[in-house]
Amino acid sequence: MATYIIRRLIWAAVMLTIVSIITFAIFFLVPRLAGATPESLATRYVGRTATAEQVKIAAEKLGFNDPLVVQYGRFAKGIVAGADYDYGPGVEHCPAPCFGYSFLTRLPVWPDLLDRLPVTMSLAIGAAILWVLAGVATGVVSALRRGSFFDRAAMTIALGGVSLPIFFTGMVSLVIFSYGLGITAPGGSFTPFLDDPAAWAYSLILPWITLAFLYAAGYARLTRAGMLETMSEDYIRTARAKGLTERTVVLKHGLRAALTPILTIFGLDVGLLLGGAVLTESTYSLPGMGKYAIDAITNQDLPKVMGVVLFAAFFVVVANLIVDLLYAVVDPRVRLA
Amino acid sequence: MTDSLLSVQNLQKHFPITKGMLKRQVGAVKAVDGVSFDVVKGETLGLVGESGCGKTTTGRLITRLIEPTGGKIVFDGHDITHMSQGRIRPLRRDIQMIFQDPYSSLNPRHTVGAIVGAPFRIQGVQTEQGTKKAVQEILELVGLNPEHYNRYPHEFSGGQRQRIGIARTLALKPKLIIADEPVSALDVSIQAQVVNLLEDLQNELDLTYVVIAHDLSVVRHISDRVAVMYLGKIVELADRKSLYESPMHPYTNALLSAVPIPDPKRRKDRERIRLQGDVPSPLNPPPACRFHTRCWKAQEICSQVEPPLLALATGHQVACHFPENAPASGDVAVTGAGAVTAEGALQAGGAGDAAPGEGPAGKGTASAS
Amino acid sequence: MTFLELKDLRIHFPTDDGLVKSVDGLSFSLERGKTLGIVGESGSGKSVTSLGILGLHKGGRARISGEIWLDGEELVSASAEHVRTLRGKKMAMIFQDPLSAMHPFYTVGAQIIEAYRIHHKVSKSVARKHAIEMLDRVGIPQPDRRVDSYPHEFSGGMRQRAMIAMALSCDPELLIADEPTTALDVTVQAQILDLMRDLQRDFNAALIIITHDLGVVAELSDDILVMYAGKAIEYGTSEDIFERPEHPYTWGLLGSMPRLDRERTERLMPIKGTPPSLINVPQGCAFHPRCTYGDRTGGKSTTEVPTLLESEGGHLVRCHLSGDVRRSIWENEIKPNLEAP
Repeated sequence: MATYIIRRLIWAAVMLTIVSIITFAIFFLVPRLAGATPESLATRYVGRTATAEQVKIAAEKLGFNDPLVVQYGRFAKGIVAGADYDYGPGVEHCPAPCFGYSFLTRLPVWPDLLDRLPVTMSLAIGAAILWVLAGVATGVVSALRRGSFFDRAAMTIALGGVSLPIFFTGMVSLVIFSYGLGITAPGGSFTPFLDDPAAWAYSLILPWITLAFLYAAGYARLTRAGMLETMSEDYIRTARAKGLTERTVVLKHGLRAALTPILTIFGLDVGLLLGGAVLTESTYSLPGMGKYAIDAITNQDLPKVMGVVLFAAFFVVVANLIVDLLYAVVDPRVRLA
Repeated sequence: MTDSLLSVQNLQKHFPITKGMLKRQVGAVKAVDGVSFDVVKGETLGLVGESGCGKTTTGRLITRLIEPTGGKIVFDGHDITHMSQGRIRPLRRDIQMIFQDPYSSLNPRHTVGAIVGAPFRIQGVQTEQGTKKAVQEILELVGLNPEHYNRYPHEFSGGQRQRIGIARTLALKPKLIIADEPVSALDVSIQAQVVNLLEDLQNELDLTYVVIAHDLSVVRHISDRVAVMYLGKIVELADRKSLYESPMHPYTNALLSAVPIPDPKRRKDRERIRLQGDVPSPLNPPPACRFHTRCWKAQEICSQVEPPLLALATGHQVACHFPENAPASGDVAVTGAGAVTAEGALQAGGAGDAAPGEGPAGKGTASAS
Repeated sequence: MTFLELKDLRIHFPTDDGLVKSVDGLSFSLERGKTLGIVGESGSGKSVTSLGILGLHKGGRARISGEIWLDGEELVSASAEHVRTLRGKKMAMIFQDPLSAMHPFYTVGAQIIEAYRIHHKVSKSVARKHAIEMLDRVGIPQPDRRVDSYPHEFSGGMRQRAMIAMALSCDPELLIADEPTTALDVTVQAQILDLMRDLQRDFNAALIIITHDLGVVAELSDDILVMYAGKAIEYGTSEDIFERPEHPYTWGLLGSMPRLDRERTERLMPIKGTPPSLINVPQGCAFHPRCTYGDRTGGKSTTEVPTLLESEGGHLVRCHLSGDVRRSIWENEIKPNLEAP
């Protein structure tokens, strides 16, 4: 088990390195191909008012003239050990993990990311709890009453939930509940949990429900399919033959087996969301990672983009690892070696 | 040897077990571990044994569905052991396989005509009267209605589907058919129909069969010679009559004794041999004689020296230090065994890992006891 | 009073294609300590019958009528909840494939403990002790360690032993074994059959063994019921069925199987055709399209459903042929062909 975890952690590191290389290549190579010169990149740091000479010096000092491999090496070293940035006018130390400085704000990326994390985590985890409860419960009831009115209604709504994009449901719900009825917070507000839990929940309730609706729909369909399959297994018949109550048969024997594949998808979904619920955050103007990513991309703020991509990749890789470990706990047939 | 259609010599298939990130090989499942036999033209050889004995793997090796680890397969004079897929293709029409499950081995989206006619297309064979006519003739041959040419597999019952599977193998007039559990998924009354069909086809089309099955009664009914396998090795190989009437290997005895007999009167007075436990895992088989852990006759030598497969009587090979029903007189047995040892070892093609010198020594102990 | 008695049991399933008459008027009875073998091919209704006795079709789509009397209680009209309390305690079942019939996520011990604690208000540790005793009883070595193993860590034979331990954990008076050895190797099958014989003697339960394998039935059964298309077509002692069978279908089954205890016959004598669809059961005698002797019934076989009648001494046969004709066909046309010349 320990060797398995170590091996997986090494793998995770390898994965993250590959992701960082690809991201680096995309965001540093593509502008080059599009005609950007070291000087034009440096301009973003020193400002348009600088003289051509100043820009040239800055480009040299920032290392934009070095081969791409060297530049990547410096970038990677920054993440691991920190880096010193010499803008020409002065030297700034950026402690590890250093993702560099924003072109736009000149602030280091990492503290910015840490600032955004609580918002995204609040959103993702709150929504995840909602959608698992709602989705799985709906799926189980649908499966047990296959063909009933409840089943057909739930599955129709679920189909809608899966197909409707979040910016649509988000907008509609904002219009109805915030601006129309005034019972939920308007977009753009976020109160940290530690400041005021009630206000925190109030500010997030609508994004939670919107996001959870989308996912709950998918989970309901998955759970229903999984339960239908599991409930026709031989071991369910055995459980009934023992004289167990139907409730125990369904919950202890049926649901547990049906939930295993859902666990995998759940881990991935939460991991992905922690990297930024892009659409939800922009719809509700929540200052989370997703909003951060959108802003970074629209402003072509390359260090920010790098930071957010790697951060998101980190969550996905970690979530995957946790899921695999949990899988072995849930299903004893899975041996981790 | 000229009339042997298929000759398998010291055939091996080891599935590697890997471990760690670098996929280091830490061991191997010796699914088939030194199996040798000949199949004479026109005969039926039965391969029988319990799960994990390697009978199915052997069948797949012969049809080259999987690549052998070692040994040699000679079919109709060609060494096909490692023949490339391109070069083996012309021979594929001569070796065909019938599978156990008539439900999953037929493509549900293809009509019966397409399924049975597929070999013609794949092999690019032109028939005089056209493929459809040829297919319909085959359907009739296996007892299906030729007018069902355009139907789909799900419209047929289990027994009929197995007939479709058989029809498909017959399309190109093969010489050798490997049948892997051809009747075990079928109802009793249907089993008998298919067994009879296989026999009729053999007579009409001069086919040679290797029938792989776990059901000892079916194997006895259908086979001319029978090989009993245990954990990747042949432990006994003999013609039907001597194998079933005077089995020499204790495992064969135990197998035969375990078969339930449909005769309520005999259940009380029947002499039974009951083996303890299950078949050991092929992952970690017992050393030397692989059966010694379950054998009531086992002695020290059985766990130290692997008994080679030797011909102890005419056409009756057995791999055991203490065979039963061995030829009566001790002296005769020793000389007899000694005389056939060389030939037997040759035939067996190194069936065991035991050095040749150990064979006769082991024999002596056996005959003396 | 008989311990188990079925009277005209019918279990029908409405489907989109029509009504599937899986069990259609089945009656038999069984005493404690006796073994009944139910033989039939797929779709004969033998498994549906067993699940029906356990009440597992209740609350589903099935239409059930008739009577099932178990130890003086009628179960068809009893509430689903009441039958549930009998299930596992008074009547238990062993299934075909022990790998799929045990839950892969729970240890063998946990599954036995669960079965015991449904019906006995005892602590987990007491139930665990009982589970270990049961595993020991069915011949599992080192039961105190194996109790914590998962089903996939057991071999096929051990799993079936564990399954039997689970079924017997509440000391049931009726045990139904549905193809208990079909998934097992032949040497392991022999062990399990021995075990079942021993345990039945010790527990003095009524045992129903359901199988397609005539050999297995002959090993265990006192009485045998042959089913075809949802109906009993022949019923008798195992001597009746194997030595004096009277139904053409039974003859067909016997002619279909190669036998190790006799000289090898040149040809098997199969039954022609295939088992009927339960939606469109043939008119008259359900077996008539596959029967070689239908023309000796004076046309009755295609028009009239035969009734199950006593031939002699409790031997029941559902056939239009007269008893004399049947006995003469068996002696002169069938029996000689089953033995090699």
